[in-house]
Amino acid sequence: MFGLPQDWSLEVPERYFTLESYDGGVARWCPGCGDFAMLSAVQRICRDQQVPPEKLAMVSGIGCSSRFPHYMHAYGFHGLHGRALPVACGIKARRPDLTVWVATGDGDCCSIGAGHWLHAARYNMDMVVMVFDNSVYGLTKKQTSPTTPLGLSTNTHPDGGFLPPLDVAATTLGFPNVSFVARTVDWNPAHLYATLETAQRHRGTSFVHILQRCPTYTGEVFEELRRNPDRTLLLTHPEGVPADDTLRRMYKHQQEHDPRDFAAGHALALRKDRLAIGLLYRNPEAPRYDDFTVKGLGMTREQKVAALERELDRFSI
Amino acid sequence: MTVAPPAATTQPPRRTRQRVSERIVEIVSDSGEGAQKAGQTFGTVCAKLGNGVWTVEIIPAEIKPPARSRAGASGIRVRFGDHEITNRGDRADLVVAFNEQVLYGRIGSRAYRPGTIVLLESKWAEDPQPEVREQYATALGEFREQGLEVIELPLEKACLEIVGDARVGKNMFVVGLLCEVFGCDIERALAEVREVFGRKGEEVVRSNQELVRRGWAFAEAHVPYAWEVPAWRAGEPVLVMNGNQAVGLGIMAAGMEMVAMYPITPATSVSHYLGRALPVVGGFLHQAEDEIAAVGFAIGASYAGQTACTITSGPGLALKTEFLGLAVMAEIPLVVVVVQRGGPSTGLPTKVEQADLLATLFGAPGDSPKIVIAPATIEECFHFVVLARKLAEEFRGPVVVLTDANLATGVAPFPRPAIDPAWLAPPIDQTPWPTGIAPYDWDPETGLSARPIPGQRGGEYVVTGLAHTRGGKVAYDAFSNQEGCDMRSRKLAALARTLKPPRPHGAEAGELLVVGWGSTLGAIEEAVDLLRADGHSVASLHLRFLSPFEPGLAEIFGRFEKVMTVEINYSDDPAAPLITDETRRRAQLAQLLRERTLVDVDCWSTVPGQPLGPVQIAEQVRARLGAATTSPRGVV
Repeated sequence: MFGLPQDWSLEVPERYFTLESYDGGVARWCPGCGDFAMLSAVQRICRDQQVPPEKLAMVSGIGCSSRFPHYMHAYGFHGLHGRALPVACGIKARRPDLTVWVATGDGDCCSIGAGHWLHAARYNMDMVVMVFDNSVYGLTKKQTSPTTPLGLSTNTHPDGGFLPPLDVAATTLGFPNVSFVARTVDWNPAHLYATLETAQRHRGTSFVHILQRCPTYTGEVFEELRRNPDRTLLLTHPEGVPADDTLRRMYKHQQEHDPRDFAAGHALALRKDRLAIGLLYRNPEAPRYDDFTVKGLGMTREQKVAALERELDRFSI
Repeated sequence: MTVAPPAATTQPPRRTRQRVSERIVEIVSDSGEGAQKAGQTFGTVCAKLGNGVWTVEIIPAEIKPPARSRAGASGIRVRFGDHEITNRGDRADLVVAFNEQVLYGRIGSRAYRPGTIVLLESKWAEDPQPEVREQYATALGEFREQGLEVIELPLEKACLEIVGDARVGKNMFVVGLLCEVFGCDIERALAEVREVFGRKGEEVVRSNQELVRRGWAFAEAHVPYAWEVPAWRAGEPVLVMNGNQAVGLGIMAAGMEMVAMYPITPATSVSHYLGRALPVVGGFLHQAEDEIAAVGFAIGASYAGQTACTITSGPGLALKTEFLGLAVMAEIPLVVVVVQRGGPSTGLPTKVEQADLLATLFGAPGDSPKIVIAPATIEECFHFVVLARKLAEEFRGPVVVLTDANLATGVAPFPRPAIDPAWLAPPIDQTPWPTGIAPYDWDPETGLSARPIPGQRGGEYVVTGLAHTRGGKVAYDAFSNQEGCDMRSRKLAALARTLKPPRPHGAEAGELLVVGWGSTLGAIEEAVDLLRADGHSVASLHLRFLSPFEPGLAEIFGRFEKVMTVEINYSDDPAAPLITDETRRRAQLAQLLRERTLVDVDCWSTVPGQPLGPVQIAEQVRARLGAATTSPRGVV
């Protein structure tokens, strides 16, 4: 009468996923590579959200970052250099039930695939795009990438590159209809997890710029940032990436930043004195292309045949 | 027919309506004068009256080329007859021209013969600009010298009695004129005008119908010729469309719900059709940011379970090459429609060529075996796309459908296909993947394997363009790479095993066999018929499967003394300087056939940017036969 259940037995889920459920085997990145942190964070998020492995589509291009799908137990697509985003969009177009993650790098996304970078932001289909930015081409053995700092000697530019690097987050913010841009670092697992988890909850394309150590080729690039937390500016806001007490204790420089404030987010992305980490910009109202691409799903065969006959009628004489 | 009182001062001689088997008519104009709409309307009327019809557009590369320019000719050719018409034919019988300059390009393309009747707009003779008057007079003299029978007619003046702007009305006036000249039922023409303009409102319909009536009356009064082309078939339900529309309908009939493309001539009109029509059957047309993204998007959709299609032409095919290689390597079903145009590079965007065969087969790095099929008619454009999806899924890889600009813009009636619901793709399989089955569980004999689709529990695997094992794991060892290459190649042999040997047209054996592929079918077979009527021992063979080939080719070739291909692509003329049997670069199909059959296959191919005509082919074949007689049609 008062709604008390008659059956007191616990509802046991048919399947429960552990971290092992997402384990695709031994990752073969170099020892000390930042990519391990992303793999671990994504597996934890999948576990915490209990996403069935068969509903996961892990998409990548080519490069160290793009080995990511091989190390997940999930459906994966390790495709062509620079072309992860069109494939990911194609997957999402007619499969709203799939959870799509993209792993790409500074060369893959911001150089050879730069055209798709802009348009994927504009399509704003529901997926997380992780840009692993290690400031170098790693898999091809240390060539200058669009994010390589000036002065860094590479095999293609022994005396350093000629032009200043681009910033992944700031550039992404310049794209039309972009709906989510965050930045984090591989060496802070708590912030990395919180950022990717926030990205995963956003409906739309969530770009996450991840500064990633490459101990083999660019070990020194992020060393100062990693050793000295004072060089980092932690963005806080109730609608941003959650910053727990540990994070707040670690990063004493903090700024409350409303992720709806585009101009402030853009300025923060470009700040030189400190690296701003957290949610730079979010617009939950940006139109999503997948709201259109899924139209027509669920039409029956009979309806399709009838529509087809009507189309033939148009050419009938 | 009531006899109207004389409407003009010069009454043409009384004419008798002559019964003919077929006629070729052209309407040529500046761009934007509606010649194509006029030709399509007239062609549809003919088709509805039971004629066999083939219409082909004459398209300038620019949207609005300068008026009265020789290269800017825009227009249409309509060939119709009392039998099935399968190609554009050779020289036109009757031309309606809105100005004299546009005729130069057509004459250069050998579209006319001595005796071709040209109904020419005469207003230019009184143009306010003296140079226009002079151009007109000069052209008139030149045309008549070349044997064209030019009849000057004040078409525009007659239109201006009904509409304010003759540029928008002249075309329907011409429809009426042609209907009278060929004795078509005017009620059919008026009904067709209602079909074409119905959406624009009653006023537009009435005004265009009036133009048709005026054109009819004008022809009665001023055109000294009249013909009748008897009907061929009537009553049978037929569809009239161009090859690109047929491709679009084929995509829908195949149940392909995702089409990703980037605009490129002459493939784009498929997407113009699908942009409206695909949502009607629950699909979506994705216009991607570039050619690469288009194929990537399609591959993504295919991977996720709905075999998708991408549509392009030569330059786009070049850009898609890397992704096609991935689809081969990772064994992802995909349908690629390539509407070929002239190349290399940007080449001849609006014009026909069959020059992407080798690029399609061998464009990708490494060994990249894929299925390539080529429809030969507009009807086949429809059915081959349906077939392509089936093949893509059954053989787990990309299937390229090679059409060309001739099929893309050609319009012909064909029997209405009975839609089979089994053509449509089934819903995406989401049942659990059977345990113990690898993602590339290759059958060692056929190379075939089933593929897990995202969402299938237990089938999780990673697609990779890297060499991989049956288990889908990256592997760089010699065994795995060899096995993968073997299995992907074996699929083509497995498909070939299911095909029947093609049947020659004309004869099963003889002196010379002409081999073709794609849109040249009608012209080649008509050429063979002409030659056989002349007593030559000639036959033709048309290939629909280009990779793998249909079986039995070497055996068929062995029954003929000589074998040659006829193709619209480049080959060295054997008589050209420096060209020897060793240095000669042969036509694309000829190269493949020589390799595959070890027969000394000769070729005649050319790159005029327009479809081949039967008489033109017959002349070339005759030269190979070493029997130089004049053509039965007396072509100059």
